[in-house]
Amino acid sequence: MITTGLTPIITEHWDKPDLYTIEGYRRVGGYQGLATAMKMDPDAIIGQIKDSGLRGRGGAGFPTGMKWGFVPQNDGKPHYLVVNADESEPGACKDIPIMLANPHALVEGVIITSYAIRASHAFIYIRGEVPHAIRKVANAVAEARAAGLIGDNILGSGFSLDVVVHSGAGAYICGEETALLDSLEGYRGQPRLKPPFPAVAGLYASPTVINNVETIANIPYILDRGVPWFRQFGTEKSPGFKVFAISGHVVHPGIYEAPLGITMRELLEYAGGIRGGGEVKFWLPGGSSVPMLTAEHLDIPLTYEDMAAAGTMLGTGTPMLFDNTVSVVKAVTRWLDFYKHESCGKCTPCREGTYWITGVLEKFEHGRGTAAEVDTLVNLCSQIAGRSFCALGDAAATPYPAALKYFRAEFEAATSTSADEQFNPVASYVFAEAATR
Amino acid sequence: MTISAETRDQLRELAARYPKSRSALLPMLHLVQSVDDEVTSEGINVCAEILGITSAEVTAVATFYTMYKRKPVGKHHIGVCTNTLCGLLGGDAVYSALSERLGIGHNEPSADGQFWLEHIECQAACTHAPVMTVDWEYMDDVTPASAVAVVDRLARGEQVESTRGPVIRDFQATEHTLAFPLDGLVNDGVAVDAKMLVGLRLANERGMSAASIPAGDA
Amino acid sequence: MTITSDAGSDLTPQVEMVTVVVDGVAIEIPKGTLVIRAAELLGIEIPRFCDHPLLEPVAACRMCLVDIEGVPKPQPACAQVVSEGMQVRTQLTSPVARDAQEGVMEFLLLNHPLDCPVCDKGGECPLQNQAMTAGRPESRFDEVKRTFPKPINVSAQILLDRERCVSCARCTRFAEQIAGDPMLELLERGANQQVGTAVDQPFDSYFSGNTVQICPVGALTSAAYRFRSRPFDLVSVPTTCEHCASGCSLRTDHRRGTVTRRLAWDEPAVNEEWNCDKGRFAFTYQEQGRVTTPLIREDGQLRVASWPEALDFAARGLSAASSHGVLVGGRSTVEDSYAYARFARVALKTDNIDFRVRDSSDEEAQFLRSAVAGTAVRTTYETLEQAPVVLLIAFEPEDESPIVFLRLRKAARGGTRVYAVGPVATRGLAKLSGTLIPAKPGAEPAVLAELAEQVRAELQAPGAVIMVGERIAGIQGGATAVLQLAQATGAALTWVPRRAGERGALDAGALAGLLPGGRPLTEDSARAAVAAAWGVDSLPATVGLAGAELLAAARDGAIGALITGGVELGDLADQSLGRAGLEAAGFVVALENHHSAITELADVVFPVAVVTEKAGTFMNWEGRPRPFAQTFKDALVMSDAVVLGMLAKAMNIAVGASDVAGIRQELGALGAWTGPRAERPNVPAGPVAEGAHLVATWRALIDNGVMQEGEPYLAATAHLVAATVSATTAGALGNPESVTVTGPLGSVTVPLEIGAVIDGVVCLPLNSPGCVLYRDLGVRSGQAVTIKGAL
Repeated sequence: MITTGLTPIITEHWDKPDLYTIEGYRRVGGYQGLATAMKMDPDAIIGQIKDSGLRGRGGAGFPTGMKWGFVPQNDGKPHYLVVNADESEPGACKDIPIMLANPHALVEGVIITSYAIRASHAFIYIRGEVPHAIRKVANAVAEARAAGLIGDNILGSGFSLDVVVHSGAGAYICGEETALLDSLEGYRGQPRLKPPFPAVAGLYASPTVINNVETIANIPYILDRGVPWFRQFGTEKSPGFKVFAISGHVVHPGIYEAPLGITMRELLEYAGGIRGGGEVKFWLPGGSSVPMLTAEHLDIPLTYEDMAAAGTMLGTGTPMLFDNTVSVVKAVTRWLDFYKHESCGKCTPCREGTYWITGVLEKFEHGRGTAAEVDTLVNLCSQIAGRSFCALGDAAATPYPAALKYFRAEFEAATSTSADEQFNPVASYVFAEAATR
Repeated sequence: MTISAETRDQLRELAARYPKSRSALLPMLHLVQSVDDEVTSEGINVCAEILGITSAEVTAVATFYTMYKRKPVGKHHIGVCTNTLCGLLGGDAVYSALSERLGIGHNEPSADGQFWLEHIECQAACTHAPVMTVDWEYMDDVTPASAVAVVDRLARGEQVESTRGPVIRDFQATEHTLAFPLDGLVNDGVAVDAKMLVGLRLANERGMSAASIPAGDA
Repeated sequence: MTITSDAGSDLTPQVEMVTVVVDGVAIEIPKGTLVIRAAELLGIEIPRFCDHPLLEPVAACRMCLVDIEGVPKPQPACAQVVSEGMQVRTQLTSPVARDAQEGVMEFLLLNHPLDCPVCDKGGECPLQNQAMTAGRPESRFDEVKRTFPKPINVSAQILLDRERCVSCARCTRFAEQIAGDPMLELLERGANQQVGTAVDQPFDSYFSGNTVQICPVGALTSAAYRFRSRPFDLVSVPTTCEHCASGCSLRTDHRRGTVTRRLAWDEPAVNEEWNCDKGRFAFTYQEQGRVTTPLIREDGQLRVASWPEALDFAARGLSAASSHGVLVGGRSTVEDSYAYARFARVALKTDNIDFRVRDSSDEEAQFLRSAVAGTAVRTTYETLEQAPVVLLIAFEPEDESPIVFLRLRKAARGGTRVYAVGPVATRGLAKLSGTLIPAKPGAEPAVLAELAEQVRAELQAPGAVIMVGERIAGIQGGATAVLQLAQATGAALTWVPRRAGERGALDAGALAGLLPGGRPLTEDSARAAVAAAWGVDSLPATVGLAGAELLAAARDGAIGALITGGVELGDLADQSLGRAGLEAAGFVVALENHHSAITELADVVFPVAVVTEKAGTFMNWEGRPRPFAQTFKDALVMSDAVVLGMLAKAMNIAVGASDVAGIRQELGALGAWTGPRAERPNVPAGPVAEGAHLVATWRALIDNGVMQEGEPYLAATAHLVAATVSATTAGALGNPESVTVTGPLGSVTVPLEIGAVIDGVVCLPLNSPGCVLYRDLGVRSGQAVTIKGAL
């Protein structure tokens, strides 16, 4: 039974065709947050965001205000804000829609955030594979500049900011914050050693805050409507609302904005349930990097803390749901192929481990796995997790052990029967026509 | 094709956009690709010269990112997401159909230089699975038949509209946009479609809104 | 372990110490030490690949994972800094660490090819060794390894087997951080990641050979050494490089009487762990074109003679002459140079001696006598690294003293400001983040006199250094100006010759007017002391002839007998004068290790040892003795000193010890000179040559040098031989692709390059293929040439 209502906030005006223009955005109250912010002391804004309890929406859920507070002030160094708009996690599709539909919320948030942390430059790093999102954001930045909201002495405050929209070129690892910094500096996108942490030495070795698109998009609303308003949504430890992008075998995949704490069962009902009256076989609350769950977990609140307690993570908060037509062996193999393709190559466990694991899983996919390998794979995953240079290795080591926990039989069957023989691939297609092969 | 003086000027313009010029390297390589239909050695050398770094350093970057191709792409880049969700929801069938139609496989150009086919990774459009891209513009919710139809129309020189974006131009035009995004196409096409509005519409229908919760004092 | 300064002051700067426990053993170490280094101090070797003490840590290989109490995940010891009370457990006491390492090793080996039987590194391979100590006995990998075509050339000298590479990035980090030559990079991504270069742009760094040495697997090998030997067949000897004056420690490996390879050896105070490609690869000359027996000229032809016959013939020829001269080459050891210096004064009773077989001047001789010979060590590699500012004049470190270049680069990366006075901002200067103070060749003295206030002020800071190269000899007024600047600012003045033997020869007294230890010949007490030490009543009291004067005297018939020791005719700036002098000298005795233009002119030739066949010492630019052992203990070839001793005996003259130990004892007994020094030069600046185009030139590191013969792979990595001019000068010539440069003796045609050169100056290499300036053009630095576009 649904008890939690949907709360369109960032998505509230997405049905207005001109929302992406500055006129359309202002007409619905846009840039009020900025006006409020510019009358405040920057440290007061940081304090407000700390009080709001807003947590990063990129996957890690780190308290945003705390991150901003790590930037040393009055250090004489330039500060930078970098927006991580590299959304490439399999299953994650919330940042791109925000940029397509409501880019000014991002731009307004960028200006407020930059003002708060005293950044002189903000960079919005958008993955290169989505030119239309780049167009929308670049246009919004240009409009804001023309309106005097970006540039010198913004709104007479004495604060100056330049914003650069930057195109990536195809590398999931650039979603990792320090790899993003290296990529933005014009290098291969490989992660950096920490310490030093970006807040102290980030872009160009200067204090830098890196935030996700959705996180920044929250900022204008918090500034405009206040902390008590914000904290009415969600839970004590996971305050606020979330742009949930629901995909998979549901009847109505799409964007649903709701308070944190809503359950998957409630969201699934909003989304029309599983197609054809089917059942949830397995689902992931975030992208492929979080451990999968099954139908028994549908009533756990979607918060950072509850998902962690359930042995998984909220991650990007973009649930993928699969029905009983899907081969878990195939799904996991395809995810591992992704990690192998995207591994940057810097560290041994991820570079070699993903190569190995993918090769073995492909055998399973074709029905040629061995019983010993079912368990060897678990050991190989544990040889990567916690040993790799960055979280991509940990992510790559996640799908298989989680899947094995619930679907061991399927993997054991794959020692003799291929995934396609176990599960006819055509059955999991969402269109009616048969495959051409 | 050689890098012209005008392109050099544009490359320098990109380099001047950032506090440290080397940051411009990714957009600069997109610009090279927009001019040469691939990242050529000459393009690499020119970027190195403008940035004051070695060609090896530029080559290191050019070979790291999958969007940069080392042989001519042709007129249109066709990508089919075959990551888990899209692939299992039908992307695999879409890819097979296109591979058969074009007679090529992954990261290969067609013999007539019109199309390049690629298995691509998650395009952040999972709600619209299966997803195809043409010159990196969205073609959401494709089926094998509709995907082949798109290719047929492009092959015939007909105008094809992206599902969330402008009219399809060509690969080199998109690469130019990645370097210079203010390309005049921001108003074209529809960027917000039904799936992006499904939650909002449901909330409106049922009278659910966040406005019913009053704003507090800032 | 408290670090103290050498200054001898009472204030010992304290370094903050912390206590760390590794595998149950406590150790007190400076704060900021990495865990991996702390463990090493306890004798605990944590396995590693990407870690290298001289490179910035990357923590990429993950082999060095250790268990730190209170930290849930194992941490890389190479990037983890110690903190007070940290408890570290390595693979020795922690199953977690052991398991983590075994896992990483299993991963490293899965795509690694089973190349051991054909891989150069086998037997000295960190991967082999650590697979045995830190890995599991069996791998569970049963799939297909990724392969690459192999090997590929990253340069003519360096070969790459990409499959073997473990992506430790030591080579790319070395190239970028240490050498400043980021022409080697990691390409591609993931399991396809591989080391490589840009298309058609090989890794032609002067320091490329170091990457072969630090590669922890057999991915990088040298063409010169590939497939030649197993390390356990080699005998290793610690030696010193005989090429330039940097003074690198080497390890010479030989097998069955042949040197198979040379490695850079660990000498933190000098070359750290690096050397240059010339020092590493240029040793095949030692076996080529050797003079193997004494030779006597009879009826105009050289013929083989026995030692007694040749010695007797030489002795009579030398005794019969009434005027003599001695020319010592630039790569003579300290001991051999001393023997020549002593032989000249005692056996030949002459002060006509010079070791400068290159462009030289009387002003330079005065400079060396007064300010360099026998002076105590003042500027060292370490003081360079700490210097606030370094001014370079007539010195191109990357070509002329590569390890000085590496240390300057390290200094520059640490904040040292580098300036160079000259006509061109070379790539080497750019790699030092250096600033050019422009001066046309010949105009340097005037520019030094008018140095900007800011630079002058910087030079007054404690620790400031002025480095002057041997090419100061070619600038009239140059040495004078440099001395004046040093005096005015208090900056430490350092002379850096190009060849390994020059400083030692100077200090040994192989220059007219100088006795060993910097003693001026004209000082009575000095002469008396040395005469006594040498067992003679007196020594020549007037300063003899040196350099061009000596050759002119020979040409004019005023030199009855000449001895040469390791001299190349082609090195003399005035080729015709050199040849004329040698031809006209009455009797020429040549001590040479290979046949040359000199031996063709000599009356007697004695074979002498190369560096592997004798022990000895080189004195590097710091003034630091760099001794080396005899590599081939049963070599039958004798050193110059021994041959001179035999010659003296044949002349019935006693000259003292001829063996290395004996000579070292003699030198030690003489000791340092603390008395008055020779007079400083005071030569006014000369005019800058007239002409639209003036030549600026120096020897490239890899060029036509005789000691680089027989090494085609090394030769192929030489920098492009070209004429470099400014964009304006090129434009005035019509921007041709190549130019013909003409001097008094002829022309050369070379490609034209644009560089940061003063207008009206053309930079050319001195002695490179297709461009041998002394011989082909007959010009030196600063002289005028004509240039026009070539078709």
